[in-house]
Amino acid sequence: MSAITRDEVAHLARLSRLALADEELDHFAAQLDVIIGAVARVAEVAADDIPPSSHALPLTNVYRPDEVRPGLTPEQALSGAPAVEDDRFRVPRILGEEA
Amino acid sequence: MSLVHKTAADLGALIAAGEVSAVEVAQAHLDRIAAVDPQVNAFLHVDAETTLKQARAVDARRAAGEELGPLAGVPIAHKDVFTTVDMPTTAGSKILEGYRPPYDATVTRRLREAGLVILGKTNLDEFAMGSSTENSAYGPTRNPWDLSRIPGGSSGGSSAAVAAYEAPLSTGTDTGGSIRQPAAVTGIVGMKPTYGGSSRYGLIAFASSLDTPGPFARNVLDTALLHEAFSGHDVMDATSVDAPVPSVVAAARNGDVAGLRIGVVKEFGGDGYQAGVLARFHETVELLESLGAKVFEVSCPSFTTALPAYYLIAPSECSSNLARFDAMRYGLRVGDDGTRSAEEVMALTRAQGFGPEVKRRIILGTYALSSGYYDAYYGQAQKVRTLIARDFEAAFQQVDVLISPTTPTTAFPIGERADDPMAMYLADLCTIPANLAGNAAISVPCGLADEDGLPVGLQIMAPVLGDDRCYRVGAAVEKALQARWGGSLLSRAPEL
Repeated sequence: MSAITRDEVAHLARLSRLALADEELDHFAAQLDVIIGAVARVAEVAADDIPPSSHALPLTNVYRPDEVRPGLTPEQALSGAPAVEDDRFRVPRILGEEA
Repeated sequence: MSLVHKTAADLGALIAAGEVSAVEVAQAHLDRIAAVDPQVNAFLHVDAETTLKQARAVDARRAAGEELGPLAGVPIAHKDVFTTVDMPTTAGSKILEGYRPPYDATVTRRLREAGLVILGKTNLDEFAMGSSTENSAYGPTRNPWDLSRIPGGSSGGSSAAVAAYEAPLSTGTDTGGSIRQPAAVTGIVGMKPTYGGSSRYGLIAFASSLDTPGPFARNVLDTALLHEAFSGHDVMDATSVDAPVPSVVAAARNGDVAGLRIGVVKEFGGDGYQAGVLARFHETVELLESLGAKVFEVSCPSFTTALPAYYLIAPSECSSNLARFDAMRYGLRVGDDGTRSAEEVMALTRAQGFGPEVKRRIILGTYALSSGYYDAYYGQAQKVRTLIARDFEAAFQQVDVLISPTTPTTAFPIGERADDPMAMYLADLCTIPANLAGNAAISVPCGLADEDGLPVGLQIMAPVLGDDRCYRVGAAVEKALQARWGGSLLSRAPEL
Protein backbone atom coordinates (compact mmCIF):
# COMPACT_ATOMS: atom_id res chain seq x y z
CA MET A 1 0.00 0.00 0.00
CA SER A 2 1.35 3.39 -0.84
CA ALA A 3 1.91 5.95 1.91
CA ILE A 4 0.61 8.81 -0.22
CA THR A 5 -1.48 8.89 -3.39
CA ARG A 6 -1.14 11.14 -6.44
CA ASP A 7 -4.46 12.79 -5.54
CA GLU A 8 -3.19 13.62 -2.06
CA VAL A 9 -0.05 15.17 -3.54
CA ALA A 10 -2.21 17.24 -5.91
CA HIS A 11 -4.28 18.43 -2.95
CA LEU A 12 -1.16 19.34 -0.95
CA ALA A 13 0.27 21.19 -3.97
CA ARG A 14 -2.94 23.26 -4.16
CA LEU A 15 -2.72 24.07 -0.46
CA SER A 16 0.94 25.05 -0.98
CA ARG A 17 0.11 27.29 -3.96
CA LEU A 18 2.23 25.26 -6.34
CA ALA A 19 0.76 24.89 -9.84
CA LEU A 20 2.45 21.60 -10.65
CA ALA A 21 2.42 20.02 -14.09
CA ASP A 22 1.07 16.46 -14.47
CA GLU A 23 4.55 14.98 -14.95
CA GLU A 24 5.75 16.72 -11.78
CA LEU A 25 2.82 15.30 -9.83
CA ASP A 26 3.59 11.76 -11.03
CA HIS A 27 7.27 12.14 -10.19
CA PHE A 28 6.76 13.71 -6.76
CA ALA A 29 4.05 11.23 -5.78
CA ALA A 30 6.45 8.32 -6.32
CA GLN A 31 9.33 10.06 -4.50
CA LEU A 32 7.22 11.30 -1.60
CA ASP A 33 5.85 7.81 -1.16
CA VAL A 34 9.40 6.55 -0.55
CA ILE A 35 10.29 9.49 1.71
CA ILE A 36 7.15 9.22 3.83
CA GLY A 37 7.65 5.47 4.13
CA ALA A 38 11.14 6.18 5.52
CA VAL A 39 10.29 9.03 7.88
CA ALA A 40 7.27 7.13 9.26
CA ARG A 41 9.85 5.25 11.35
CA VAL A 42 9.47 7.95 13.99
CA ALA A 43 6.14 6.31 14.87
CA GLU A 44 8.01 3.22 16.12
CA VAL A 45 9.68 5.20 18.89
CA ALA A 46 7.93 4.73 22.23
CA ALA A 47 7.41 8.34 23.25
CA ASP A 48 3.90 8.61 24.68
CA ASP A 49 5.07 10.27 27.90
CA ILE A 50 7.81 12.39 26.26
CA PRO A 51 7.16 16.14 25.94
CA PRO A 52 7.69 17.55 22.43
CA SER A 53 10.51 20.03 21.71
CA SER A 54 9.85 22.79 19.22
CA HIS A 55 13.21 24.42 19.89
CA ALA A 56 16.63 23.34 21.05
CA LEU A 57 17.02 25.98 23.73
CA PRO A 58 14.27 26.92 26.17
CA LEU A 59 14.08 30.69 25.66
CA THR A 60 10.76 32.36 26.50
CA ASN A 61 9.42 35.91 26.49
CA VAL A 62 12.38 37.44 24.69
CA TYR A 63 11.93 41.15 24.15
CA ARG A 64 14.26 43.86 23.00
CA PRO A 65 14.15 47.41 24.38
CA ASP A 66 11.23 49.36 22.93
CA GLU A 67 13.35 52.01 21.25
CA VAL A 68 12.44 54.07 18.23
CA ARG A 69 14.82 53.30 15.39
CA PRO A 70 14.77 54.13 11.70
CA GLY A 71 12.91 51.63 9.53
CA LEU A 72 12.97 51.16 5.79
CA THR A 73 11.90 54.07 3.59
CA PRO A 74 9.02 53.39 1.17
CA GLU A 75 11.58 53.34 -1.67
CA GLN A 76 13.67 50.70 0.13
CA ALA A 77 10.64 48.60 1.07
CA LEU A 78 9.35 48.67 -2.51
CA SER A 79 12.75 48.25 -4.15
CA GLY A 80 12.28 44.52 -4.86
CA ALA A 81 8.57 44.63 -5.71
CA PRO A 82 7.45 43.08 -9.02
CA ALA A 83 4.97 45.97 -9.51
CA VAL A 84 4.50 49.29 -7.71
CA GLU A 85 1.82 51.95 -7.92
CA ASP A 86 1.52 55.13 -5.82
CA ASP A 87 4.14 54.02 -3.27
CA ARG A 88 2.31 50.73 -2.77
CA PHE A 89 2.72 47.10 -3.83
CA ARG A 90 0.52 46.56 -6.87
CA VAL A 91 -1.00 43.08 -6.79
CA PRO A 92 -3.37 41.04 -8.98
CA ARG A 93 -7.03 41.00 -7.96
CA ILE A 94 -7.59 39.13 -4.73
CA LEU A 95 -11.40 38.90 -4.82
CA GLY A 96 -13.67 37.11 -7.29
CA GLU A 97 -15.48 38.93 -10.12
CA GLU A 98 -18.75 39.10 -8.21
CA ALA A 99 -17.24 40.81 -5.20
CA MET B 1 54.15 31.30 -0.59
CA SER B 2 51.59 33.28 -2.58
CA LEU B 3 49.05 35.45 -0.77
CA VAL B 4 46.18 33.12 -1.59
CA HIS B 5 47.89 30.18 0.14
CA LYS B 6 48.38 32.02 3.44
CA THR B 7 46.19 31.57 6.47
CA ALA B 8 43.69 34.24 7.48
CA ALA B 9 45.63 34.85 10.72
CA ASP B 10 48.86 35.42 8.78
CA LEU B 11 47.16 37.70 6.25
CA GLY B 12 45.65 39.75 9.07
CA ALA B 13 49.06 40.09 10.71
CA LEU B 14 50.81 41.03 7.45
CA ILE B 15 48.17 43.68 6.73
CA ALA B 16 48.37 45.03 10.30
CA ALA B 17 52.17 45.25 10.03
CA GLY B 18 51.82 47.19 6.79
CA GLU B 19 53.74 44.56 4.80
CA VAL B 20 50.89 44.18 2.38
CA SER B 21 47.72 46.20 1.85
CA ALA B 22 44.15 44.93 2.04
CA VAL B 23 43.80 45.99 -1.60
CA GLU B 24 46.73 43.80 -2.68
CA VAL B 25 45.34 40.83 -0.76
CA ALA B 26 41.86 41.34 -2.25
CA GLN B 27 43.30 41.65 -5.77
CA ALA B 28 45.30 38.42 -5.38
CA HIS B 29 42.11 36.58 -4.44
CA LEU B 30 40.09 38.19 -7.24
CA ASP B 31 42.79 36.99 -9.66
CA ARG B 32 42.61 33.49 -8.24
CA ILE B 33 38.81 33.50 -8.58
CA ALA B 34 39.11 34.64 -12.21
CA ALA B 35 41.58 31.82 -12.86
CA VAL B 36 39.86 28.85 -11.20
CA ASP B 37 36.19 29.66 -10.66
CA PRO B 38 35.17 28.89 -14.24
CA GLN B 39 36.01 25.28 -13.30
CA VAL B 40 34.78 25.28 -9.70
CA ASN B 41 31.66 27.52 -9.89
CA ALA B 42 31.88 28.39 -6.19
CA PHE B 43 30.63 31.95 -6.69
CA LEU B 44 27.25 33.21 -7.86
CA HIS B 45 28.34 36.84 -7.74
CA VAL B 46 31.75 38.52 -7.81
CA ASP B 47 32.16 42.24 -8.37
CA ALA B 48 35.79 43.34 -8.25
CA GLU B 49 34.96 47.01 -7.82
CA THR B 50 32.72 46.46 -4.76
CA THR B 51 35.40 44.22 -3.24
CA LEU B 52 38.24 46.66 -3.85
CA LYS B 53 36.16 49.51 -2.47
CA GLN B 54 35.81 47.61 0.84
CA ALA B 55 39.55 46.85 0.85
CA ARG B 56 40.44 50.49 0.24
CA ALA B 57 38.16 51.48 3.14
CA VAL B 58 40.01 49.08 5.48
CA ASP B 59 43.38 50.46 4.35
CA ALA B 60 42.04 53.98 5.00
CA ARG B 61 40.76 53.04 8.47
CA ARG B 62 44.18 51.59 9.26
CA ALA B 63 45.98 54.66 7.90
CA ALA B 64 43.75 56.84 10.09
CA GLY B 65 45.02 55.00 13.13
CA GLU B 66 41.81 53.08 13.86
CA GLU B 67 42.15 50.02 16.10
CA LEU B 68 41.10 47.04 13.94
CA GLY B 69 40.50 43.36 14.71
CA PRO B 70 42.76 40.43 13.76
CA LEU B 71 40.89 39.76 10.49
CA ALA B 72 40.75 43.35 9.20
CA GLY B 73 41.53 43.36 5.49
CA VAL B 74 41.20 39.57 5.15
CA PRO B 75 38.95 38.48 2.26
CA ILE B 76 35.92 36.28 2.79
CA ALA B 77 33.41 34.45 0.60
CA HIS B 78 29.85 34.93 1.84
CA LYS B 79 27.11 32.35 1.43
CA ASP B 80 24.37 33.75 -0.78
CA VAL B 81 21.70 33.20 1.85
CA PHE B 82 22.75 36.20 3.98
CA THR B 83 21.36 39.55 2.89
CA THR B 84 23.86 42.11 1.55
CA VAL B 85 22.86 45.62 0.47
CA ASP B 86 25.66 45.93 -2.09
CA MET B 87 25.34 42.51 -3.75
CA PRO B 88 22.43 40.41 -5.04
CA THR B 89 21.01 37.80 -2.66
CA THR B 90 19.36 34.80 -4.34
CA ALA B 91 19.50 31.83 -1.93
CA GLY B 92 20.37 29.86 -5.07
CA SER B 93 16.78 30.24 -6.29
CA LYS B 94 15.24 31.59 -9.48
CA ILE B 95 12.48 33.10 -7.38
CA LEU B 96 15.03 35.63 -6.03
CA GLU B 97 17.08 36.13 -9.20
CA GLY B 98 18.61 39.62 -9.12
CA TYR B 99 17.09 40.46 -5.72
CA ARG B 100 18.84 43.32 -3.89
CA PRO B 101 17.97 43.33 -0.18
CA PRO B 102 17.31 46.67 1.50
CA TYR B 103 19.28 45.73 4.62
CA ASP B 104 22.34 43.74 5.73
CA ALA B 105 22.11 40.54 7.80
CA THR B 106 23.66 40.84 11.26
CA VAL B 107 26.39 38.42 10.19
CA THR B 108 27.10 40.62 7.15
CA ARG B 109 27.19 43.75 9.29
CA ARG B 110 29.60 42.17 11.76
CA LEU B 111 31.91 41.00 8.96
CA ARG B 112 32.03 44.58 7.71
CA GLU B 113 32.66 45.97 11.21
CA ALA B 114 35.53 43.50 11.70
CA GLY B 115 37.02 44.83 8.43
CA LEU B 116 36.58 41.59 6.49
CA VAL B 117 36.47 42.17 2.74
CA ILE B 118 33.58 40.36 1.05
CA LEU B 119 34.75 38.87 -2.27
CA GLY B 120 31.31 37.78 -3.41
CA LYS B 121 28.40 35.48 -2.76
CA THR B 122 28.76 31.71 -2.89
CA ASN B 123 26.62 29.02 -4.45
CA LEU B 124 24.31 26.80 -2.41
CA ASP B 125 21.52 24.31 -2.72
CA GLU B 126 18.34 26.32 -3.27
CA PHE B 127 17.27 27.83 0.07
CA ALA B 128 20.01 25.70 1.68
CA MET B 129 18.05 22.50 1.02
CA GLY B 130 20.45 19.80 -0.04
CA SER B 131 23.79 18.13 0.50
CA SER B 132 25.54 18.65 -2.84
CA THR B 133 24.77 22.15 -4.30
CA GLU B 134 23.17 20.29 -7.20
CA ASN B 135 19.87 21.85 -6.12
CA SER B 136 21.16 25.35 -6.96
CA ALA B 137 19.18 26.99 -9.76
CA TYR B 138 22.52 28.28 -11.07
CA GLY B 139 24.32 24.98 -11.68
CA PRO B 140 26.36 22.79 -9.33
CA THR B 141 29.63 23.73 -7.65
CA ARG B 142 32.47 21.27 -8.18
CA ASN B 143 34.78 19.73 -5.60
CA PRO B 144 38.35 21.06 -6.03
CA TRP B 145 39.70 17.58 -5.19
CA ASP B 146 37.87 16.04 -8.15
CA LEU B 147 35.81 18.29 -10.41
CA SER B 148 33.41 15.45 -11.24
CA ARG B 149 32.30 15.26 -7.60
CA ILE B 150 30.08 17.30 -5.29
CA PRO B 151 31.61 19.78 -2.78
CA GLY B 152 28.92 18.97 -0.23
CA GLY B 153 26.00 21.16 0.60
CA SER B 154 24.15 23.16 1.18
CA SER B 155 27.15 25.48 1.74
CA GLY B 156 29.09 23.86 -1.15
CA GLY B 157 30.14 27.12 -2.78
CA SER B 158 31.64 28.26 0.51
CA SER B 159 33.53 25.00 1.11
CA ALA B 160 34.82 24.84 -2.47
CA ALA B 161 35.93 28.51 -2.45
CA VAL B 162 38.10 27.91 0.61
CA ALA B 163 39.42 24.52 -0.58
CA ALA B 164 40.30 26.04 -3.99
CA TYR B 165 42.22 28.93 -2.35
CA GLU B 166 39.73 31.44 -3.76
CA ALA B 167 39.19 32.73 -0.20
CA PRO B 168 40.88 31.98 3.14
CA LEU B 169 37.53 32.17 4.94
CA SER B 170 33.85 31.75 4.18
CA THR B 171 30.48 31.77 5.88
CA GLY B 172 27.94 28.98 5.85
CA THR B 173 24.71 27.95 7.48
CA ASP B 174 24.09 24.58 9.06
CA THR B 175 20.52 23.29 9.41
CA GLY B 176 21.20 19.53 9.23
CA GLY B 177 24.92 19.46 8.44
CA SER B 178 25.24 22.10 5.72
CA ILE B 179 28.58 23.37 7.09
CA ARG B 180 30.13 20.21 8.51
CA GLN B 181 29.38 17.91 5.58
CA PRO B 182 30.83 20.25 2.90
CA ALA B 183 33.87 20.88 5.10
CA ALA B 184 34.42 17.12 5.48
CA VAL B 185 34.22 16.29 1.78
CA THR B 186 36.51 19.15 0.71
CA GLY B 187 39.20 18.63 3.37
CA ILE B 188 38.68 21.86 5.32
CA VAL B 189 37.34 22.91 8.74
CA GLY B 190 33.68 23.86 9.27
CA MET B 191 31.91 24.72 12.50
CA LYS B 192 28.26 24.71 13.51
CA PRO B 193 28.09 26.94 16.60
CA THR B 194 25.58 26.36 19.37
CA TYR B 195 22.09 27.21 18.07
CA GLY B 196 21.46 30.87 18.87
CA GLY B 197 25.18 31.57 19.24
CA SER B 198 25.18 33.34 15.87
CA SER B 199 22.40 35.57 14.60
CA ARG B 200 19.76 34.55 12.07
CA TYR B 201 18.68 38.15 11.39
CA GLY B 202 18.93 38.66 7.64
CA LEU B 203 19.52 34.97 7.01
CA ILE B 204 16.91 33.75 4.53
CA ALA B 205 15.02 31.20 6.61
CA PHE B 206 14.80 27.49 5.84
CA ALA B 207 14.04 25.81 9.21
CA SER B 208 14.16 28.47 11.88
CA SER B 209 14.56 26.20 14.91
CA LEU B 210 17.65 24.62 13.31
CA ASP B 211 19.36 27.22 11.04
CA THR B 212 22.77 28.24 12.43
CA PRO B 213 25.34 30.49 10.74
CA GLY B 214 28.95 29.32 11.09
CA PRO B 215 32.49 29.65 9.73
CA PHE B 216 34.69 27.74 7.26
CA ALA B 217 38.49 27.99 6.98
CA ARG B 218 41.49 25.86 6.05
CA ASN B 219 42.62 25.46 9.66
CA VAL B 220 41.15 25.41 13.16
CA LEU B 221 42.53 28.76 14.36
CA ASP B 222 41.25 30.70 11.35
CA THR B 223 37.84 29.09 11.86
CA ALA B 224 37.82 30.22 15.49
CA LEU B 225 38.85 33.78 14.57
CA LEU B 226 35.95 34.04 12.14
CA HIS B 227 33.57 32.40 14.62
CA GLU B 228 34.46 35.07 17.17
CA ALA B 229 34.19 37.88 14.60
CA PHE B 230 30.50 37.38 13.75
CA SER B 231 28.99 35.53 16.73
CA GLY B 232 27.33 36.79 19.88
CA HIS B 233 24.00 38.08 21.10
CA ASP B 234 21.77 40.03 18.72
CA VAL B 235 18.61 41.80 19.88
CA MET B 236 17.23 41.48 16.34
CA ASP B 237 17.03 37.67 16.69
CA ALA B 238 14.69 36.54 19.48
CA THR B 239 16.33 33.08 19.51
CA SER B 240 19.80 34.55 19.97
CA VAL B 241 21.50 33.41 23.19
CA ASP B 242 22.28 36.24 25.59
CA ALA B 243 25.59 34.83 26.81
CA PRO B 244 29.25 35.55 26.09
CA VAL B 245 30.74 33.86 23.01
CA PRO B 246 32.68 30.80 24.26
CA SER B 247 36.45 31.45 24.18
CA VAL B 248 36.96 29.64 20.91
CA VAL B 249 40.18 31.39 19.81
CA ALA B 250 41.95 30.58 23.07
CA ALA B 251 40.79 26.96 22.74
CA ALA B 252 42.07 26.77 19.16
CA ARG B 253 45.48 28.00 20.33
CA ASN B 254 45.47 25.52 23.22
CA GLY B 255 44.76 22.13 21.61
CA ASP B 256 45.54 20.04 24.68
CA VAL B 257 43.42 16.90 25.13
CA ALA B 258 45.37 15.25 27.96
CA GLY B 259 42.83 13.87 30.44
CA LEU B 260 39.86 14.89 28.30
CA ARG B 261 37.04 12.32 28.17
CA ILE B 262 36.03 11.56 24.60
CA GLY B 263 33.00 9.46 23.67
CA VAL B 264 32.76 7.51 20.41
CA VAL B 265 29.11 7.38 19.33
CA LYS B 266 28.34 3.67 19.06
CA GLU B 267 25.43 4.17 16.65
CA PHE B 268 27.54 5.88 13.95
CA GLY B 269 29.53 3.24 12.06
CA GLY B 270 29.12 -0.15 10.39
CA ASP B 271 26.72 -0.80 7.51
CA GLY B 272 26.41 2.07 5.05
CA TYR B 273 29.76 3.59 6.02
CA GLN B 274 32.61 3.59 3.53
CA ALA B 275 35.57 1.46 4.65
CA GLY B 276 38.07 4.28 4.08
CA VAL B 277 36.01 6.66 6.19
CA LEU B 278 35.89 4.21 9.10
CA ALA B 279 39.62 3.44 8.77
CA ARG B 280 40.61 7.11 9.07
CA PHE B 281 38.13 7.61 11.91
CA HIS B 282 39.49 4.69 13.93
CA GLU B 283 43.06 5.90 13.41
CA THR B 284 42.04 9.30 14.74
CA VAL B 285 40.50 7.70 17.82
CA GLU B 286 43.84 5.96 18.47
CA LEU B 287 45.66 9.23 17.87
CA LEU B 288 43.53 11.00 20.49
CA GLU B 289 44.31 8.22 22.98
CA SER B 290 48.02 8.60 22.25
CA LEU B 291 47.66 12.32 23.03
CA GLY B 292 46.37 11.48 26.49
CA ALA B 293 42.60 11.59 25.97
CA LYS B 294 40.45 8.94 27.64
CA VAL B 295 38.23 7.35 25.03
CA PHE B 296 34.95 5.57 25.80
CA GLU B 297 32.23 4.07 23.66
CA VAL B 298 28.95 5.88 24.34
CA SER B 299 25.51 4.78 23.22
CA CYS B 300 22.96 7.36 22.02
CA PRO B 301 20.12 5.07 20.89
CA SER B 302 17.79 7.87 19.74
CA PHE B 303 20.34 9.09 17.19
CA THR B 304 19.15 6.31 14.86
CA THR B 305 15.79 8.09 14.49
CA ALA B 306 17.31 11.58 14.12
CA LEU B 307 17.24 11.45 10.31
CA PRO B 308 13.51 10.64 9.97
CA ALA B 309 12.65 13.19 12.71
CA TYR B 310 14.69 15.84 10.90
CA TYR B 311 13.02 15.15 7.56
CA LEU B 312 9.67 15.86 9.20
CA ILE B 313 10.68 18.88 11.28
CA ALA B 314 12.79 20.71 8.69
CA PRO B 315 10.25 20.39 5.82
CA SER B 316 7.43 21.41 8.18
CA GLU B 317 9.25 24.60 9.11
CA CYS B 318 10.25 25.19 5.47
CA SER B 319 6.68 24.86 4.21
CA SER B 320 5.72 27.66 6.57
CA ASN B 321 8.80 29.86 6.05
CA LEU B 322 8.65 29.72 2.25
CA ALA B 323 5.04 30.92 2.21
CA ARG B 324 6.56 34.41 2.15
CA PHE B 325 7.56 33.90 -1.49
CA ASP B 326 4.16 34.95 -2.73
CA ALA B 327 5.10 37.03 -5.83
CA MET B 328 3.69 40.17 -4.23
CA ARG B 329 6.44 42.08 -2.39
CA TYR B 330 9.72 40.91 -3.90
CA GLY B 331 11.16 38.37 -6.26
CA LEU B 332 9.67 36.70 -9.32
CA ARG B 333 6.09 37.23 -10.51
CA VAL B 334 4.72 35.03 -13.29
CA GLY B 335 1.48 35.23 -15.25
CA ASP B 336 0.19 38.60 -14.02
CA ASP B 337 -1.61 39.45 -17.27
CA GLY B 338 -4.63 41.19 -15.76
CA THR B 339 -6.89 38.13 -16.06
CA ARG B 340 -5.47 35.97 -13.29
CA SER B 341 -6.19 36.24 -9.57
CA ALA B 342 -3.49 36.78 -6.97
CA GLU B 343 -3.82 33.15 -5.96
CA GLU B 344 -3.27 31.92 -9.52
CA VAL B 345 -0.27 34.21 -9.97
CA MET B 346 1.15 32.94 -6.69
CA ALA B 347 0.79 29.29 -7.69
CA LEU B 348 2.29 29.86 -11.16
CA THR B 349 5.19 31.89 -9.74
CA ARG B 350 6.04 29.35 -7.07
CA ALA B 351 5.81 26.46 -9.55
CA GLN B 352 8.22 28.22 -11.89
CA GLY B 353 10.48 29.86 -9.28
CA PHE B 354 11.14 26.90 -6.98
CA GLY B 355 13.21 23.86 -7.96
CA PRO B 356 12.21 20.21 -7.39
CA GLU B 357 13.77 19.72 -3.94
CA VAL B 358 12.15 22.85 -2.54
CA LYS B 359 8.78 21.75 -3.92
CA ARG B 360 9.21 18.26 -2.47
CA ARG B 361 9.97 19.67 0.96
CA ILE B 362 7.11 22.18 0.89
CA ILE B 363 4.68 19.37 0.02
CA LEU B 364 6.19 17.00 2.60
CA GLY B 365 6.01 19.68 5.29
CA THR B 366 2.44 20.60 4.39
CA TYR B 367 1.58 16.90 4.66
CA ALA B 368 3.29 16.47 8.05
CA LEU B 369 1.43 19.50 9.43
CA SER B 370 -1.99 18.48 8.04
CA SER B 371 -4.74 17.77 10.53
CA GLY B 372 -4.98 14.02 10.89
CA TYR B 373 -1.25 13.55 10.30
CA TYR B 374 0.14 16.22 12.64
CA ASP B 375 0.32 14.03 15.77
CA ALA B 376 1.73 11.01 13.95
CA TYR B 377 4.39 12.96 12.06
CA TYR B 378 5.31 16.45 13.25
CA GLY B 379 4.24 15.88 16.86
CA GLN B 380 6.03 12.54 17.08
CA ALA B 381 9.18 14.02 15.48
CA GLN B 382 9.22 16.71 18.17
CA LYS B 383 9.13 14.00 20.83
CA VAL B 384 12.05 12.24 19.18
CA ARG B 385 13.81 15.60 19.27
CA THR B 386 13.43 15.61 23.06
CA LEU B 387 14.85 12.08 23.26
CA ILE B 388 17.88 13.10 21.21
CA ALA B 389 18.56 16.04 23.52
CA ARG B 390 18.29 13.65 26.48
CA ASP B 391 20.77 11.25 24.87
CA PHE B 392 23.22 14.14 24.54
CA GLU B 393 22.65 15.17 28.17
CA ALA B 394 23.27 11.65 29.40
CA ALA B 395 26.37 11.31 27.22
CA PHE B 396 27.83 14.58 28.47
CA GLN B 397 27.50 13.29 32.03
CA GLN B 398 30.11 10.71 31.07
CA VAL B 399 32.31 12.50 28.53
CA ASP B 400 33.43 16.02 27.56
CA VAL B 401 32.91 15.62 23.80
CA LEU B 402 31.43 13.06 21.41
CA ILE B 403 33.10 12.09 18.14
CA SER B 404 32.03 10.33 14.93
CA PRO B 405 32.79 10.42 11.24
CA THR B 406 31.24 13.63 9.84
CA THR B 407 29.77 11.79 6.85
CA PRO B 408 29.22 8.10 6.02
CA THR B 409 31.03 8.46 2.66
CA THR B 410 33.46 10.73 0.86
CA ALA B 411 32.30 13.13 -1.89
CA PHE B 412 30.03 11.32 -4.34
CA PRO B 413 29.92 11.96 -8.10
CA ILE B 414 27.73 14.80 -9.37
CA GLY B 415 24.45 13.30 -10.57
CA GLU B 416 24.71 10.05 -8.60
CA ARG B 417 22.03 10.89 -6.02
CA ALA B 418 20.40 13.84 -7.79
CA ASP B 419 17.06 12.10 -8.37
CA ASP B 420 17.12 9.85 -5.30
CA PRO B 421 16.16 12.10 -2.38
CA MET B 422 16.53 9.44 0.33
CA ALA B 423 20.07 8.56 -0.79
CA MET B 424 20.92 12.27 -0.72
CA TYR B 425 19.45 12.68 2.78
CA LEU B 426 21.77 9.96 4.15
CA ALA B 427 24.73 12.34 3.72
CA ASP B 428 23.47 14.11 6.87
CA LEU B 429 23.10 10.97 8.99
CA CYS B 430 25.77 11.88 11.56
CA THR B 431 25.38 15.64 11.59
CA ILE B 432 21.63 15.98 12.24
CA PRO B 433 21.53 15.13 15.99
CA ALA B 434 23.53 18.25 16.91
CA ASN B 435 21.04 20.42 14.99
CA LEU B 436 18.02 18.89 16.67
CA ALA B 437 19.54 19.39 20.14
CA GLY B 438 21.23 22.73 19.35
CA ASN B 439 24.71 21.51 20.28
CA ALA B 440 28.01 22.86 18.99
CA ALA B 441 29.80 20.61 16.47
CA ILE B 442 32.79 20.90 14.15
CA SER B 443 34.30 18.92 11.29
CA VAL B 444 38.08 18.75 10.90
CA PRO B 445 40.03 16.82 8.23
CA CYS B 446 41.34 13.43 9.38
CA GLY B 447 42.86 11.98 6.21
CA LEU B 448 42.09 10.55 2.79
CA ALA B 449 40.08 7.39 2.15
CA ASP B 450 42.27 4.67 0.61
CA GLU B 451 39.77 3.59 -2.04
CA ASP B 452 39.25 7.02 -3.66
CA GLY B 453 41.90 9.36 -2.22
CA LEU B 454 39.22 11.82 -1.07
CA PRO B 455 39.02 13.72 2.23
CA VAL B 456 37.41 12.31 5.36
CA GLY B 457 36.10 14.48 8.20
CA LEU B 458 36.08 13.93 11.95
CA GLN B 459 33.03 15.35 13.73
CA ILE B 460 33.49 16.64 17.30
CA MET B 461 30.26 17.41 19.18
CA ALA B 462 30.16 19.43 22.41
CA PRO B 463 27.37 20.50 24.74
CA VAL B 464 25.33 23.65 24.19
CA LEU B 465 27.67 26.65 24.62
CA GLY B 466 30.64 24.27 24.80
CA ASP B 467 31.87 25.46 21.39
CA ASP B 468 35.39 25.94 22.76
CA ARG B 469 35.71 22.18 23.32
CA CYS B 470 35.21 21.54 19.60
CA TYR B 471 38.13 23.84 18.84
CA ARG B 472 40.32 22.40 21.58
CA VAL B 473 39.97 18.84 20.30
CA GLY B 474 40.04 19.99 16.66
CA ALA B 475 43.32 21.84 17.21
CA ALA B 476 44.89 18.80 18.89
CA VAL B 477 43.89 16.51 16.01
CA GLU B 478 45.04 19.03 13.41
CA LYS B 479 48.45 19.53 15.01
CA ALA B 480 49.16 15.82 15.44
CA LEU B 481 47.94 14.84 11.97
CA GLN B 482 49.78 17.66 10.19
CA ALA B 483 52.97 16.58 11.95
CA ARG B 484 52.35 13.07 10.61
CA TRP B 485 51.48 14.30 7.08
CA GLY B 486 54.20 16.96 6.94
CA GLY B 487 51.68 19.71 6.06
CA SER B 488 47.97 20.30 5.63
CA LEU B 489 45.70 17.70 4.06
CA LEU B 490 44.70 20.28 1.47
CA SER B 491 48.29 20.58 0.27
CA ARG B 492 47.79 17.09 -1.18
CA ALA B 493 44.87 18.20 -3.38
CA PRO B 494 45.58 18.31 -7.12
CA GLU B 495 46.50 21.68 -8.63
CA LEU B 496 43.62 23.40 -10.37
